Amino acid sequence: MNWLNTIAILLIAFLAVFLESYFRGLRNLVGAQIDLLPALMVYASLSAGISTVALLATLGGLWFDSLSANPLGITVLPLLVIGLIIHSGRDLILREQRYAQFMLGLAASATAPLFTVLALLGLGAEPLLGWWSLWQWFIMTLGGAAATPLCFRVFDRFQRAFTYQKLPETSFRPDREIKRDRGPHLDYH
Amino acid sequence: MLKRQYSIATGLVLLIVLVLLNLPEQPAARIKLALGGLFLPLFGMAGSVQHLTQEVGNSLVPRSTLLKQLEQLRKENEELRQQLMQIQDSWRENAQLRQALGWQRRVPWQLKPARVIGQDPANWWRTIIIDVGLREGLRPNMPVLTAEGLVGRIEKVGPDRSSVVMVGDPNCRFSAQVQDPRDKSIAAKGIISPSVSSMDRLLVDLIYVPGVAVLKPGQSVVTSGDGVTFPKGITVGQIVDVRTNDYGMNLEARVKLAVNLNRLEQVWVLLQ
Repeated sequence: MNWLNTIAILLIAFLAVFLESYFRGLRNLVGAQIDLLPALMVYASLSAGISTVALLATLGGLWFDSLSANPLGITVLPLLVIGLIIHSGRDLILREQRYAQFMLGLAASATAPLFTVLALLGLGAEPLLGWWSLWQWFIMTLGGAAATPLCFRVFDRFQRAFTYQKLPETSFRPDREIKRDRGPHLDYH
Repeated sequence: MLKRQYSIATGLVLLIVLVLLNLPEQPAARIKLALGGLFLPLFGMAGSVQHLTQEVGNSLVPRSTLLKQLEQLRKENEELRQQLMQIQDSWRENAQLRQALGWQRRVPWQLKPARVIGQDPANWWRTIIIDVGLREGLRPNMPVLTAEGLVGRIEKVGPDRSSVVMVGDPNCRFSAQVQDPRDKSIAAKGIISPSVSSMDRLLVDLIYVPGVAVLKPGQSVVTSGDGVTFPKGITVGQIVDVRTNDYGMNLEARVKLAVNLNRLEQVWVLLQ
C-alpha cells in the first residue's frame, strides 16, 4: 500500500502543477495563483515515509520549475524543509484534527513561497516583487491552508477505496458463548 | 535507523538540487524542456476539451444571430479591403521614396499565430507558454504581440512550445518612446520596467525619461526600436500619470498596458 500511496501523492502533485499552470481563472479573479504543493507536502509528511517526502519535494519542485521561469531545482529545497520539519514532529501532531491540518497548511503555504523568493534573491535572480506581492502571499497562504484538509479527505477516501479495511472488533467471543438448551428434564410423574 | 534514513534522503535531494542549480544554462534549459514536455499531453487534452466545449456552445447559437454576425463580418471585411488597398498604395510609395533616398527597404511583418496554453505557476514571474516552437521557426527574443499591442518576447524555445516573458516582468525591460497624440512626434524616450509600487498588474513604469521632456497623461507609448529585440512602433500603452525623480533630473511615468495580459488566449509571434 505504501507504494500505491506514494504513487497517488506524486500523481496528484503532477496534476496540481498542471492545473496551476493551465487554469488562470483564479489568478484573473483574485490576482494570485494558489500553490497546492505545500498542502500535499503536509499530507505526505504526516501520512507517508521519509522517502515519499523526499520524492515529492524533488519531483514536485522540478515539475513546478519546469513550467516556471524559476531556476530548475529552486522550489525543491523549501518543500523538503517543510516536509522534514513536519515529519520529524509527526508523533506530536493530531493528524486527524481538521484544525491541525488547516494550521499546518497555513504555515507550510506561507513558508514555501517565502523561502523560494529568498532563495531566488540569494541566487541573484530578480523576481517581480512589490506591494502586490503581499496580497498574493496572503491569497497563497489562505488558499493552501484551505486545500490541506481537502487533501486529507481525498487521500483518506482513496485509501479506503484501495486498501483492505480491518473489521471492527466486537465483544463477541466464541469461548464465552452461553450455550442454551431446553434445560434439565424434570419428570413430575 | 530513522536518523540514517533522514540523512540519506536529505543528502540525496540536496545533491540533486546543487547539481541542477550549478548546471550551465544550456543543459539546464534542456532538462527543463524535457520535464515540461511531460505536461504536453495534458495541455493538449485540456485544449481539445475546451475546443469541444466551445463547439458545443457554438452549435447552440440561434441561426438568426449567426446570420446577423455574418452580415457584420461581411461589412467589416469590405471596409478592411478598402483600407488595405489604400495601405498598399502608401506602402509602394514608401518603398519608392526609400529607394530614392537610399534607405534600407522595410520588410513586411511575418506573423505566426499561437495559442496560449499555460501560465507561469509562480506568482513572481510574468511568463506564458504558447503552443508553437522550433518546428514553426521560432527563435529566442522574437517579439510577441496582439492586435492591441506588445505582449513580450520569446524566452525559451522547445520543439513544440515556447515560453514568453511578458511586458512588466523584470526580464523584459526595453526602450520605448512617448508619442504626441496629435502629430505623432516623439516627446521623449525611456525604459519600460516593472512597476513596484502599483497594485494594478497592467501598469508598468517608464523610467529614465529626461527631466526636460513634457509628458502628459493620455500620451501613447510605443517601442522605440533602439534595442535588437523589438521593432519600432509597436504600441505598449498609454501614460496614466507622471512624477519627478532624482531632484527633477528624471521623470517617471506609469503606463497602462494596451494589452490585457491577464486574459490572453491567442497571440502573434513576429518572425524576423
